[in-house]
Amino acid sequence: MDRLIPTNRVEAEAAMSRRTLLQGAGLLLGFALTGASTEPVFAAPASQVVENEITGTFAPNGFIRINPTGAVTLIMPMVEMGQGVYTSLAMLLAEELEVRLDQIQVQHAPPNEALYVNSVIGIQNTGGSSSVRAFWTPLRQAGAVGRNLLIAAAAKRWNVDPATCRARNGAVFDATGAKHLSYGELAEAAAKLPVPPAANVKLKDPRDFTLIGTRAKRIDSSIKVDGRALYGIDVRLPGMKVAAVAISPVLGGSAKTVNESAALAVKGVRQVVNIGEAVAVVADHMGAARKGLEAAAVTWDDGPNAKVNNADIVKQLEEESKKPGVVARNDGDAGKALAAAAQRLDAVYQVPFLAHATMEPMNCTVHLQKDRCDIWVGTQAPTITQALVVELTGLPKAVIKIHNHLIGGGFGRRLEADGTVLAVKIARHVDGPVKVIWSREEDIQHDMYRPYYLDRLSAGLDAAGKPVAWTDRIAGSSIFARYYPPYIKDGLDPDAVEAAAEPPYALPNIHVDYVQVEPRGVRTSWWRGVGPTHNVFVVESFIDELAHAAKQDPLAYRKGLLGHNPRALAVLSLAAEKAGWGSPLPARHGRGISVQFAYGSYTSQVAEVEVAADGAVRVKRIVCAIDCGMYVNPDTIEAQVQGGTLFGLTAALHGSITFKDGRVEQSNFDTYLPMRIDEVPVVETHLIKNAEAPGGVGEAPTAIVSAAVTNAIFAATGRRVRSLPIDTASLKSSS
Amino acid sequence: MAFTLKINGSSHEVDVDGDIPLLWVLRDVLGMTGTKFGCGQALCGACTVHVDGQPVRSCQTSVDSVGDGAVTTIEAIGRTPQGAALQKAWLDLEVVQCGYCQSGQIMSAAALLKDTPKPGDADIDSAMSGNVCRCGTYQRIRAAIKHAAGV
Repeated sequence: MDRLIPTNRVEAEAAMSRRTLLQGAGLLLGFALTGASTEPVFAAPASQVVENEITGTFAPNGFIRINPTGAVTLIMPMVEMGQGVYTSLAMLLAEELEVRLDQIQVQHAPPNEALYVNSVIGIQNTGGSSSVRAFWTPLRQAGAVGRNLLIAAAAKRWNVDPATCRARNGAVFDATGAKHLSYGELAEAAAKLPVPPAANVKLKDPRDFTLIGTRAKRIDSSIKVDGRALYGIDVRLPGMKVAAVAISPVLGGSAKTVNESAALAVKGVRQVVNIGEAVAVVADHMGAARKGLEAAAVTWDDGPNAKVNNADIVKQLEEESKKPGVVARNDGDAGKALAAAAQRLDAVYQVPFLAHATMEPMNCTVHLQKDRCDIWVGTQAPTITQALVVELTGLPKAVIKIHNHLIGGGFGRRLEADGTVLAVKIARHVDGPVKVIWSREEDIQHDMYRPYYLDRLSAGLDAAGKPVAWTDRIAGSSIFARYYPPYIKDGLDPDAVEAAAEPPYALPNIHVDYVQVEPRGVRTSWWRGVGPTHNVFVVESFIDELAHAAKQDPLAYRKGLLGHNPRALAVLSLAAEKAGWGSPLPARHGRGISVQFAYGSYTSQVAEVEVAADGAVRVKRIVCAIDCGMYVNPDTIEAQVQGGTLFGLTAALHGSITFKDGRVEQSNFDTYLPMRIDEVPVVETHLIKNAEAPGGVGEAPTAIVSAAVTNAIFAATGRRVRSLPIDTASLKSSS
Repeated sequence: MAFTLKINGSSHEVDVDGDIPLLWVLRDVLGMTGTKFGCGQALCGACTVHVDGQPVRSCQTSVDSVGDGAVTTIEAIGRTPQGAALQKAWLDLEVVQCGYCQSGQIMSAAALLKDTPKPGDADIDSAMSGNVCRCGTYQRIRAAIKHAAGV
C-alpha cells in the first residue's frame, strides 16, 4: 500500500500547522493586543485545510495519515467547492476512526483512480451529487481499519486482549480507562501490523453514531472569513508571472492581428504569446497583463462558426425533434392510448443554454519544465486533467503533478479541463511558472454551457381526468457522448433522460425517447445537474397542465398518481403541509408544487409567488421537503437546499446564454444576471429522517425549483410558462 | 511610478502605473490574496476593501486615486469591532460555502454596521446587493449581519 502513497515532502509549514493544531485546535476567539489598539480581534485557528502533501508513518489506506507527532491527516478524495464535503467526508472517517473533527486536518487528494475513484461515477470526479453516496461505506471502512490497527497496537503494547480496549478522541484506552496511548504514540507500531481487508471490518451500527447525523461545524469556515483560504487563483510561486488571456470570440477562430509592441510598451508586461485560438499577455502582475491585453487590440478571423446564431439552433432542434429518437422507456402502448383518450394535451417546452458563472473565474497555474509539469488549479476532475496534460505534453503521468485547491464555485464547470489545457499551451512559451486568469467576460463567453433542450410532450386523459398516455421526446446535446462515452448504452445518454424516463407517477402507457442534437459552434457540458434540471421542469409543469385539464387541485392530482410511491408521497405531503397549501392568498399570488426523484433523493417544493401588474415575478417563499435517506450533516443539507434552490431560481428568472454571429451575447454580471440579496426568498428545509440508503443533495433543489415557481405563476395568473427563463412581459395583467 | 500605500496600518511602496487597479496591487504585487477578483467591472463586490472606512470596489479603484487613504482589507477587518463581530457571526451561523465571495461580503457588511449599527432588512438589501454569491448564501448572510448587530 505504501508505494501508492506519495512520499514527496512534509513541509515545515505543514508541521507548523500541526503543532498549532495540537496546542489548541478549534476556534479561538479572544481579545488580544495589537499594537496600541485594545480592540477585540479575531484570533484565527490554524487552517485545517493543508496544501502540501502529507506522508504518514501510519498510512493503512489512501485516506489516513498519522504521524508520531499526533497529527491526523485525512485525505479528501472529493474536492471542496462549497458543498461541504471536506466536513461531511471527514465526519464519515472520523466517526469510525474515533477522532474529533477538531483533531484532524484535511488535504486534497492527488489524482489516483485506484485510491480515490468515485464509485457512483467511475472516475475520481466530484459531481453528480454523489460524494456521500460514493464514500458512505469506503470512508467508514477506512476509518474502522485504522481504528482496529491502532487498538491492536495498543493491546499488544499492554499485552491485553484488543477487545478490552476502546478508542476515543484520537487515543486508545485500556479496560479500566486508566491507561491510554495517543494515535501518534501508536502510529509506528500500528504501521507494522498487517492491514485487514476493508470489507472484513465491523462497522458501527448507525444507532451508535455520535458524529454522523449531527450539525458538526464546517472545517473550512474559519479560513474563509478572514482571507486565508487559498483557491487556485491565489497560487503564488517564486518567479511566477501572470497572464491575461483573450480567446477567439467565435469557437474555431484565430487571432488575425496583435499589436505586440503596444502591449510590450506597458510597464510590467514581459511577453505576448499568440497561440492562434488565444492571445495571452504575460506580466509581473495582472493589472499590467490586462492593460497590455487591451493595448494588443487583438482582431480575429472568425473561422467556420461565424454564422452561428440562436434562432438557427432552435430551428434545428424543432426539426430534429420531429423524428423519433432512441427509446428510453416504453411501457404499454402510448400511441394507441393517446388516440383513444377522452382528452389530449400537447406541449413544447424549451430551456436555454446556461453559463456557470462561478465566482472564481477560470484560472490555472502551470510550470512546464523539460522533465515535469506542475499544475495548480481547483478541479473537480483531477485524473481527467492529468490525462489531458499527459496527452498535451507527452510527459509520463508520474511527472504531471496536479496540485488541487479549494474551488471558488464549481457547479460542473470545473469538471472540464479546458482551462488547464489552454494554460499549458500558453506555458509552453513561458520560461518559469505562469498563472493564467480569465476575465469575467472570457469566463462567461467561453464557458461550456448547459445545453439548450427542446422537448415535445403529449398526454391523454380518461373521462375522469386520469392520465392514460404520456409521451416525452427530449432533443438536445449529449454531454456523456463527448465526456465519457462508456456511459452511452445502446445509443442512449442516461443523463439526458434522467427524471424524464422514470417520472415518479403511475403512468400506464408511457413512451420517452431522446434525439441527440449537437449545436454547431457551441461547447456544452455539465451544470448543477443537467438532465434533471431540465426534465423535472418539463415533467412537473406538464403534470400541472394535466391537473388543470382534469379540473383538479395540483396537489390532490399528484397524490392520486403516487399511491405506489410512498417516499415521493411523503415529501410531497410534507412540503404542502408546511407551506399551508390551500390557504387563501391575495390576487395575483399563487402557490405551485413540484416533486422529483433524482440523485438518489426524493424532493418536493412549494413556491409562493406574487406577479405584479407589469409581469414582474417576486418569489416570496420556498418550502422544501427532502428525503435523502441516512444523512451526514443536516446543517450542510439545509445550506445546500438554500443555495441549490437559489441557483435554479436564478436560472429560471434570469439565465440565458444566446449566440449571434458565433459570439455569446452576454459578457458580465450586468448581462448574465445573478440573483442578489434583495431578490432572495426565504427557503425552508424539512428533512425526513429514515434509514434508507444515502441520496444526493447538491443538485436536487436546483432541479426542482423552476417548476414549483412556474406552477405558482400559473396559479397566480393563469399563464403557463413553457420556456425558461421566465418571460415577465408575457405575464402582464390584462386588466 | 512609485506609490506609498497605507494598508492595514502599514506602509507599502509599490512601483506600478497609476491606473493599475488597487485589486492587483494587493493581490499580485503585495501578495494579499484575501481580496478576490470576480468581475473587473464593480458588478460583483468580491474585491471590496475599505478606503478610510468606506467600502470601495478595488477592481475599479486605480492606485493613484488612493493617495493617503487608509486601506483596510479582509486580512485586517477582524481588528475592528464590526469585523470581529461579523466574522464570529459568520462562523456561528455557518454562512460560507465555497467562500470565494465572502471576503467582499464581510467587507460590505462591516461598512454597513459602522454606519448603521442596527440595520433593518432594507438597510441590508441596500448595502449588500452589490455583492454576488453564486452559492446562494444570502439567507445566512442576512441572518449573520443581524446576529452580529444584535437585532
